[in-house]
Amino acid sequence: MTLNWFKFASPPSFYPIAGRLIPVFWILTVILLLVGLYWGFFETVDRLGGNNPQKEYYRIIFIHVPSAWMSMWLYIVMVGWAAIGLVFNTRLSFMMANAIAPTGAIFTFLALWTGAFWGRPSWGTYWDWDPRLTSELVLFFMYIGYLALHSAIDDVRRADRASALLAIVGLIMVPVIFWSINCPDPNQCAALHQRSGLGRMDGNILFAMLTMTLAFWMYSFATTFMRLRGIILTREAESAWVRELLTDGDKA
Amino acid sequence: MLRVFWCILTRDLTLALRRRTDVLTTLFFFVIVVSLFPLGVGTEHQVLRILGPGVVWVAALLASMLALERLFAADYDDGTLEQMLLTAQPLALLVLAKIAAHWLLTGLPLVLIAPLVGMQYHLSETAIGVMMLSLLLGTPVLSLIGAIGAALTLGLRGGGILLSLLILPLYIPVLVYGAGAVEVSVIDLSDTMPYLTLLGAFLMVALIFAPVASAAALRISIE
Repeated sequence: MTLNWFKFASPPSFYPIAGRLIPVFWILTVILLLVGLYWGFFETVDRLGGNNPQKEYYRIIFIHVPSAWMSMWLYIVMVGWAAIGLVFNTRLSFMMANAIAPTGAIFTFLALWTGAFWGRPSWGTYWDWDPRLTSELVLFFMYIGYLALHSAIDDVRRADRASALLAIVGLIMVPVIFWSINCPDPNQCAALHQRSGLGRMDGNILFAMLTMTLAFWMYSFATTFMRLRGIILTREAESAWVRELLTDGDKA
Repeated sequence: MLRVFWCILTRDLTLALRRRTDVLTTLFFFVIVVSLFPLGVGTEHQVLRILGPGVVWVAALLASMLALERLFAADYDDGTLEQMLLTAQPLALLVLAKIAAHWLLTGLPLVLIAPLVGMQYHLSETAIGVMMLSLLLGTPVLSLIGAIGAALTLGLRGGGILLSLLILPLYIPVLVYGAGAVEVSVIDLSDTMPYLTLLGAFLMVALIFAPVASAAALRISIE
């Protein structure tokens, strides 16, 4: 039996699957969120060890770090789908990229927002031009640019392809931008964020953080698929299968 | 190949010189923006010396971005661009020629006027020299990256403001090292070398990839 890789690349066959997957992802999101939040609030130490002055408020990292990770990861996934769309000319890939963008933008904003509340007690300021802060802000601009370009073009095909190209150019530029902000002086680099490593973290904190990351990931799947179904219906509104679906009621 | 490049370049330059105001408006926009800052932040020499490099570079960014809208617009409106897409010549080369002409008309004047605005900010002669050098290396990168955005937003309503949203974040590395070079030159001239080499590296990379990306963007915009 040969596997048909493109079977689910067609909107009519993916639409019902997405519909069946959405509840699964929502349930996973809720379970993981409850576990992660419980663990983050009640099973972790009240203050970080050593001579670290950070107390209760360090729990912001259970939202902050996962959302920062997801914001970057979703951009990569978005560019991946956009590139696949450009190469194979598959409609669903573009819709996928398009559906991911708002969730990614929200996570970027969340990372910045929670970061500001973290920065106030620990650095004494809501905002500073730290490399990671600034590149997260630039990533937010990238998401906004992608969404703005897509919505400015009326012709869907051109909108898809133009914003896909922009996203790819953005992905190439992000590391350059990151390093240029990281080392504004090529002779020496400095940063407010401490160097961190997963291995050096307390086990309970790490567990809560990774659970929250998984929860956010599942949330991204759920919202992306919901948005994707909306996009599919809008774009395929003229096709026979959507008419059939709408007249028979939503069986999927 | 070279003849095609030359042909497009001279054509664009001739067209622009028949309508000189377009070139001059960009230049004067730059001068006006730079002149407004001292009125806003005060005219103390020390403050101006610190602000100078950054202000000049941000103004250069804005000026070259404003001019980008015209890069393909006229050719798009009268159908010339469509003919260019249909020729057997490599599109990236034609685009590169158009970008080169665009830079000669909007980037080079900024480099040449830099000593004048440098004096407004009481910059030293060495700082002005470094500023001219950094602008000389940096403004072509701005035109090259900007061309991608100009091609993507071709013929859209509100294209200009959209273009700034797409392109300005991508200008950050050039801004950081361009302004950085001038700032450092005040302290120690030998420290400016890494900045200028990095700007040169950006130029090399942009020269290779940006025309190809702009050509792809043009093909997407005109189908």
